[in-house]
Amino acid sequence: MSYLSTVLLLAISSALINNMVFHFFVGCCPFIGVSRRVDMAFGMGAAVTFVVTVAAFLSWTITWFVLAPGAPLTTAVWRWLRPPSSATPDLSILCYLVYIFVIAWAVQLVEMYIRKFFPSLYKAFGVFLPLITTNCVILFVCLEIMKHVGPIPGSVPDPWRLDKALIYAVCAGLGFMLAIVVMAGLREELELCDVPAPLKGPGITLAIAGILALAFLGFTGMDANLAKRFQSSALPEGVAASTNPPTHAP
Amino acid sequence: MSSDGPTPAERFLRGILPENPVLRQVLGICPTLAVTNTMEGAVTMTGAVLFVLTCANVLVSLIRPLLKPHLRILVFTLTIATFVTIADRLLAAFLYDMSRQLGPYIPLIIVNCIIIARCEICASKQPVRTALMDALGQSLGFGLALCALASVREILGFGTWFGKWLGWRVLPVGLSERVWAPWTVMILPPGAFIALALLLGAVNWATARARARKEA
Repeated sequence: MSYLSTVLLLAISSALINNMVFHFFVGCCPFIGVSRRVDMAFGMGAAVTFVVTVAAFLSWTITWFVLAPGAPLTTAVWRWLRPPSSATPDLSILCYLVYIFVIAWAVQLVEMYIRKFFPSLYKAFGVFLPLITTNCVILFVCLEIMKHVGPIPGSVPDPWRLDKALIYAVCAGLGFMLAIVVMAGLREELELCDVPAPLKGPGITLAIAGILALAFLGFTGMDANLAKRFQSSALPEGVAASTNPPTHAP
Repeated sequence: MSSDGPTPAERFLRGILPENPVLRQVLGICPTLAVTNTMEGAVTMTGAVLFVLTCANVLVSLIRPLLKPHLRILVFTLTIATFVTIADRLLAAFLYDMSRQLGPYIPLIIVNCIIIARCEICASKQPVRTALMDALGQSLGFGLALCALASVREILGFGTWFGKWLGWRVLPVGLSERVWAPWTVMILPPGAFIALALLLGAVNWATARARARKEA
């Protein structure tokens, strides 16, 4: 399969089929808390997409060069410290600590950058930016990247390079944005409806989310069928593969 | 500082129902929805949260004179992350199946709002004993909500209760499809959302009724 179709499949599956909110349930807190108005939901979605991309870049780099078993930088330091040792250094037990630190740092960085250069955007994001540190979407994407880089050597046949990690992160963020904006649109209309008193607030939001999740179930299996279609129609190889190394789907 | 607010025992009881983290405060929805398609998942998650919340609350309470206001949240998060790593390794060593099944949701305890909220609201201001009781109460409340949801979902979806560990069947095996077909949707994501919505509705309804009766 060509590089382009692999990437397309990855994008569709992370944004729609395995949607962060409706399939993995991550990011439910902002999904319920901040989905009252469309503009706020859009701001939250955009902020999450932005931060998740930065965090994915940082966490991929750290995992690939430092944390993964036998990572180049760690191995170099290890050899320098104790030359005769043959064991592979493995820092992957530190990954949760490092990721949460990286996320907190990335959020701080993004906040300072936006406050300095885009004051109006900063005002629009408001309290959401610091809240993103504890957003499950970001940590989930970091963990998923770690899983595909390989916590155990040789466990992943085709480890993700930076390009795939970034595409996964951006599309996961966009999927979250899609979910929260759709939800906010529905909730704006819901203001006019007569909701039974006990279900007001989070209750009805969760019920609607359930129905939306049911709709998103319709995407299940789309990736397998698309992969089959791509393989049979034999897209012209080398459109994108000339510059990038061709990757092979498992 | 220590004498204000409710006593440790009151805090313990409050966590279970009146201030239940899931049902009343609507926090920690992510694990609540994700792991409750079987009772085993719910119980394992409760155990992990109990361990992490208790350890984090006690430690934060011990170091509370050292906390700087602007670095507070970062210290909480790193403390929690350390204990989550321990819990994750323990699960992988002793309950490998559950560790595989829960997958990323164990590390996601780090960003679970319940734990950060308890550290912030209670542990960073109260002595160790109060923080400990608060953590136990909140974890039990969390476990109660998880088990309620998981019971409904597992019984309707698989027809079992603790199916993997104990093999209890609630609905007999050879039941005709005409009488009862398993609700596969209850195991899938939509079932989680709808079951939690109905549970929240039921709790709100019961609370409102109790309050009306008290006033009357």
